[in-house]
Amino acid sequence: MTEFAKRVRIEIVRMLVKRGFGHLGGSMSIVEALSVLYNNEMSIDPSNPDWEDRDYFVLSKGHAGPALYSTLALKGYFNKQLLLTLNEPHTKLPSHADRNQTPGVDMTTGSLGQGISAAAGIAKALKIQGKENRVYCMVGDGELNEGQVYEAIMFAKHHKLDNFVLMIDENKLQLDGFTRDICDQGDITRKIASFGLHTLCVNGHDEAAIKSAFDEARAIKGVPTCIVLDTIKAKGVEFLEGDSSNHHVRMDEEQKRVLLDLANKWEGELA
Amino acid sequence: MSVKLKKEFKTADKEMRLTYNDTMVKLAKADERVVLLEADLMGSIKTSGFQKEFPERTINIGIMEQNMMGVAAGLNIRGLKPYIHSFAQFATRRAFDQLFLSLGYSQLNATIIGSDAGVTASHNGGTHMPFEDLGLVRLVPNMTVMEMSDPVMFENILTQLNEKDMLSYVRIVRKDTLGVYEEGSTFDIGKGVVLKEGNDATIVASGIMVASALKASEKLAEEGINVSVIDMFTIKPIDEALLHEYADKTKFILTCDNHNIIGGLGSAVLEALESHPVKVKRLGVKDRFGQVGPQDFLEKEYELTPDDIVKAVKENL
Repeated sequence: MTEFAKRVRIEIVRMLVKRGFGHLGGSMSIVEALSVLYNNEMSIDPSNPDWEDRDYFVLSKGHAGPALYSTLALKGYFNKQLLLTLNEPHTKLPSHADRNQTPGVDMTTGSLGQGISAAAGIAKALKIQGKENRVYCMVGDGELNEGQVYEAIMFAKHHKLDNFVLMIDENKLQLDGFTRDICDQGDITRKIASFGLHTLCVNGHDEAAIKSAFDEARAIKGVPTCIVLDTIKAKGVEFLEGDSSNHHVRMDEEQKRVLLDLANKWEGELA
Repeated sequence: MSVKLKKEFKTADKEMRLTYNDTMVKLAKADERVVLLEADLMGSIKTSGFQKEFPERTINIGIMEQNMMGVAAGLNIRGLKPYIHSFAQFATRRAFDQLFLSLGYSQLNATIIGSDAGVTASHNGGTHMPFEDLGLVRLVPNMTVMEMSDPVMFENILTQLNEKDMLSYVRIVRKDTLGVYEEGSTFDIGKGVVLKEGNDATIVASGIMVASALKASEKLAEEGINVSVIDMFTIKPIDEALLHEYADKTKFILTCDNHNIIGGLGSAVLEALESHPVKVKRLGVKDRFGQVGPQDFLEKEYELTPDDIVKAVKENL
């Protein structure tokens, strides 16, 4: 785990423990991808979140808000203290990502399958406007149940949106259990490749592998790229990894203590 | 607002779809932010002229209305102005969550054109006959909801919308409709248009029901009954002040909906008058589905004809 990824996980744990519940699993699985996006890949200016020449990120799996908020706070989009207000009345950090609430959030998401269409729309607009900005979108593997995802994929391919990078967080679990048990989607990489996207699969917890996947995407012209991220839901929290009910965790006092101990341990490792 | 009524009821000079194409071409020439979105109905709405002039700003997305709403949201994030068209039930019912969240809740703007209003869907039948679209979009907070009475109004409203940043729904007839207004008439979004003054009752209508209400008013006048007629083309936000004024002036208000009486103009009028006691009756489709048939048959079947309006006025006087 890189130092930044560790810091993001510390914040996720602390904000969710403060509230006592939240979308832990799917937040933990995308931390490395966010780390590479916000530290290496995207052109951003945290002091000017609406900068016209920025790259865009749409978290289509909007329930992973806590991971995005922690990343944005650590990058300086807003004060870290705000993280502890997650889901409080009138918070700027609602459970699901909201472009009108949180500096740095590019699209409101939460109803699955919708963020990817908006992301493709931003990419299309940039083509119409002759701009070079790039658009990144994170979709969950459970989210692939939604037919709209495939509408957006066909759209991105047809319109040759090579400024569009789709990431699929293949953490193999959705709310009610393993994706293969609920509606088996088969080989996701082959499936997306069959739509004509340049598709590759990498270890979603290996930042070097993610970086080189983004480099590859930049070199591809005329088609969008899809990076399937092979991940572990709740990555880093051992007692929850592989637990099929880790999508939304409501913690008892013992679990809160274990989680805070883990965050403190990570913090100690940083010091 | 500067309105001049036509002297006689004739088919309007232009089909509404041609007005759509021609007006959008004009707007797109002056404003490079204008983008047209279609879901494989360009042939039906006749926007090939626009496509020819602005191929790079025409997105015929394919038969995917849900994706169309989301893509429009993305275009607007970049400052473009999306004009979305589909048949009214697909532009609303089929993609409602996307319209509600990706546009409405996200505070993103687009103009959504829903064509083939109510019985004008005619031979496309029940699957294509929207009696619920106005009710659906009225439930999107802050959305502006309008129904066009004729091509003159449609052109003026489209032109105004291009100057505004709002999420709006514009319900239209796709093909021929009766002309109501003389060329050059202008309208104010949110303001009802009083077309006729009479003290016995007030008829509030929109869309094709405006011409029917005017016809009914002539028949009523022959019998010595004088009614006011209001074109309430903006259904949300509705012109409450005007409704209150006519509630005080006349004995009762009859609303006319080419739509389910639940959720449409009639419901909106009742809501606007909830603390202003006056007798209100709603003429419209009585909680039924659509069906196939020529428009004149359907107007009789759902009791939407001028004679039905005359009857409703007389029954309630």
